[in-house]
Amino acid sequence: MAIFTHGNISLEVDEDGFIQDPEQWNEEVAKALATTEGVSELTESHWKVVHYLRKYFLEFGVAPMIRKLCKETGFTLKEIYELFPSGPAKGACKVAGLPKPTGCV
Amino acid sequence: MEKTREELLQIDFKPPAKSWMDPHIDFEARRGSWSYPGAPKNLRYMGYPNPREWSPTDADWKLPANWKQIIFEGMRELLSKYRSFKVFMDICVRCGACADKCHFYLGSGDPKNMPVLRAELLRSVYRKDFTTAGKILGSLAGGRELTLEVVKEWFYYFYQCTECRRCSVFCPYGIDTAEITMMARELLNLVGVNINWAVEPIANCHRTGNHLGIQPHTFKDNIEFLMDELEEVTGVRVEPSINRKGAEILFVVPSADYFADPGIYTFMGYLLLFHQLGLDYTLSAYASEGGNFGLFTSADTIKKLNYKIYHEAKRLGVKWIIGGECGHMWRVLHQYMDTMNGPADFLEVPKSPFTGTVFANAASTKTVHICEFTADLIRHGKLKLDPSRNDHWRVTFHDSCNPARALGLFEEPRYIIKNVCNAFFEMPENTIREQTFCCAGGAGLGNDENMEARLRGGYPRANAVQYVRDRFGVNLMSCICAIDRATLTTMVEYWAPEVKISGVHELVANALVVDGEKERTTDLRGQPLAGKEDKAHV
Repeated sequence: MAIFTHGNISLEVDEDGFIQDPEQWNEEVAKALATTEGVSELTESHWKVVHYLRKYFLEFGVAPMIRKLCKETGFTLKEIYELFPSGPAKGACKVAGLPKPTGCV
Repeated sequence: MEKTREELLQIDFKPPAKSWMDPHIDFEARRGSWSYPGAPKNLRYMGYPNPREWSPTDADWKLPANWKQIIFEGMRELLSKYRSFKVFMDICVRCGACADKCHFYLGSGDPKNMPVLRAELLRSVYRKDFTTAGKILGSLAGGRELTLEVVKEWFYYFYQCTECRRCSVFCPYGIDTAEITMMARELLNLVGVNINWAVEPIANCHRTGNHLGIQPHTFKDNIEFLMDELEEVTGVRVEPSINRKGAEILFVVPSADYFADPGIYTFMGYLLLFHQLGLDYTLSAYASEGGNFGLFTSADTIKKLNYKIYHEAKRLGVKWIIGGECGHMWRVLHQYMDTMNGPADFLEVPKSPFTGTVFANAASTKTVHICEFTADLIRHGKLKLDPSRNDHWRVTFHDSCNPARALGLFEEPRYIIKNVCNAFFEMPENTIREQTFCCAGGAGLGNDENMEARLRGGYPRANAVQYVRDRFGVNLMSCICAIDRATLTTMVEYWAPEVKISGVHELVANALVVDGEKERTTDLRGQPLAGKEDKAHV
């Protein structure tokens, strides 16, 4: 298991840098993970996406449908890519501490 | 993706100087063409052997001390259990008819991706230890010692086969090369060598009923959201039916259809059709996955995952089953189900409540493909269709490997598309129907770390797509498999970005005239219909 360290933060991550234990997530962890996604500063827009993903994940146990994410946050898919260059599933979900979706996706 | 299209197209078909018997693979240098190993939590969940952390780039793969004995015993068992396996090991004359039929070979030039040579990697070990000639003559008889390097080579090449069975179409002996890959993967699984993109969906499927790990409340919420979206486009409120006992039909779809683009539009399409018909059906939050990734790991797993659907059919008391636009589900149902869990005698032979058609082809499995169901409705004039609502699409059809080669479903999807779209164009004949080229992302290989192999292996299909795009202006490739809808989307973004991917029932729903609907100005995706650009608010 790879260990990701940033400042005082040390976390177990998978091969693509997704955290293994979603319980360990907090806003400091989000900031640290954002650095691996080419996001140097989390703006209000970033937090809106991250907090939505987090809240959804805690309620539903998986990532939301991308269409739903766009609708509920008011961002277009293009805008989400501008915020998180590797996209909603790989970029935004990683920063929000969600696991990577697998299967026919 | 680091490599450009031009770089990937520099394919060297000259075989390497070293002997094919040399198994060495430099996994570090070949990043981009292998998949991450199964995570220990998933192996533990499934009770699979040898859960541990490891990477293909490690020198030590941490196999059990008696790994060789385990593999030999496993092979002995498989040979005695499956006569087909023994025949496939003995019968190949290495004629080479299959050699240039594999998309991975065509896209990589690596001779070990020729199906004959891929099979030979396993066959050589069989010869050395299970045939008299090989025991005596060794390498002179094509025998090869089973070493750790051979195990690593198996991992690399048997996880570089999508079990698509295109090569088998050309084999004069009818060797099912996918089954050779399945046997090799079964052996690898015995010592804990597998990939996470196969074992995590399997573990999720056991835990929650589907690959994505979607729980019942999420299942319901996702579907209701999709019905909201559908209402925005059509003005019609569709009330889905979930876990309803006593329904006539259980409807099973691949989970990506209620989670990811572009499958969600096909899901809306299925339910809009059922709504218009007034079909007495139910979805199930437990049988919430058509796909069966057991096919990529072990026969026991196939059986367990398939059983779930029939167990649920029994619990709900339905009469028969409709299966959605899913790929591997149909390989399992039509070729393995009967001897694994069937025949499903507690169900009734499917009969369409609207046309009276008896689906005698499903007399044993009791499961009808939705394209058979819909094509039959159209043929009997039961649907009011306005194909001009798909006039913004110029459509081609990709035959998904398993519905095509395992189920023989060639005509029904084409018949449907031609009735719901005005502009349909075929790709070249040696790339469609039973000769269809794979998406290169099936069998657990549709992950990001394996991207170079996917793009290379996807090129033969993409090349045919480029042809119809350039010649006929095709801008949509329709297909009937969820893996296709996910992996072809990535593949065309790279090779033919003007072309989009859809399921067939998305197109059905665009054209379907529904009672009480409002004037449609957009398709299900929210894109303006041809001629309605000024009316669509998108």
